[in-house]
Amino acid sequence: MYEALQKVISSYGLVSGFAVIGATMWLSYWISQRFTQGRLHGSAIAIFLGLLLAYFGGLFTGGKKGLVDISVLSGIGLMGGAMLRDFAIVATAFGVNIDELKRAGVPGVISLLFGIGSSFVAGVVVALAFGYTDAVSLTTIGAGAVTYIVGPVTGAAIGASSEVMALSIAAGLVKAILVMIATPFVAPYIGLNNPRTAVIFGGLMGTSSGVAAGLAATDPKLVPYGCLTAAFYTALGCLLGPSLLFFIVRGIAA
Amino acid sequence: MIIYGVALLSICTLAGIYIGQLLGIAIGVPANVGGVGIAMILLIFAGTYLQKRGLMNPKTEQGIEFWSAVYIPVVVAMAAQQNVYGALSGGPMAITAGVVAVIAGFALVPLLDKMGKPVATANSVKAESATSQA
Repeated sequence: MYEALQKVISSYGLVSGFAVIGATMWLSYWISQRFTQGRLHGSAIAIFLGLLLAYFGGLFTGGKKGLVDISVLSGIGLMGGAMLRDFAIVATAFGVNIDELKRAGVPGVISLLFGIGSSFVAGVVVALAFGYTDAVSLTTIGAGAVTYIVGPVTGAAIGASSEVMALSIAAGLVKAILVMIATPFVAPYIGLNNPRTAVIFGGLMGTSSGVAAGLAATDPKLVPYGCLTAAFYTALGCLLGPSLLFFIVRGIAA
Repeated sequence: MIIYGVALLSICTLAGIYIGQLLGIAIGVPANVGGVGIAMILLIFAGTYLQKRGLMNPKTEQGIEFWSAVYIPVVVAMAAQQNVYGALSGGPMAITAGVVAVIAGFALVPLLDKMGKPVATANSVKAESATSQA
């Protein structure tokens, strides 16, 4: 009987994913109402629960995809995979105010440059503090603090060791996860409650998954504005990492 | 028909990501250059254009709104497949680097918001000129 159930769940993976995530959402909104009187958004709790389950998924299976590595739950992978994620993010743009968007252009570009610069410097300084001195490792770890994609892309281009590349990916993952969890709590203190600051926030943090989840947990109306700038962040980081940023670090470190 | 909205959303998504891919090849970056962002802009302009010409009816809009509404559950599913274990087992340096980068980002939000404000909103421009006259 269990085998038959298992067969149904795995061959209807996406449908099972809807059911599991739906139940998680229900539980999260119940916790939100029951224990925080709605002060902590249900979506924030749901995202946190998702991350927590992902931790145990990784702990028990040794895989890299969190809960999805548990074969019965692989449908969640399709539901939260790049295809449906991007599809849903684009859909949130429907109803965005064009004037609001036009005003966001210049601050968006400035925040992208500041965001990549500040994350990179943060990564390099921490790497220095932990005893790394060669330009290649410093740049790779700094790039990892930009996003977990920029790190390995940069590292591969400038010839970093696989150990340093793994560290840079971990730094980027920590950043993405922390943005997801911390944004709803920090938002009131940094004025993250309007399209303009959402655009700036997207450009400063840049990690698409972090920004997408962090804003969803803060105020879903802000999602399209933040995701719009964040969409350019990783590519700009991949462009600057192995070139300009590497040359600067090499110039200083040498 | 609902499918018209879903199809419009699909076409915008595919076109945006394709343009992002081409831009990546053009500037030699192994990443998609703003594909999702370009897709969003395409959808905004296509939606506004169709609304103005009266070609967007409520049924069509529902096809887009459904996907916009399931955005949060999709993000929860995305969170559930992050490599959280890998991130936390990366050691103190990786964790510190990530944390410091996030703190720097949060701290810069109000700073950058203030920086561009005098030109961005009419109200603060007025306030600015009033203080400079005083």
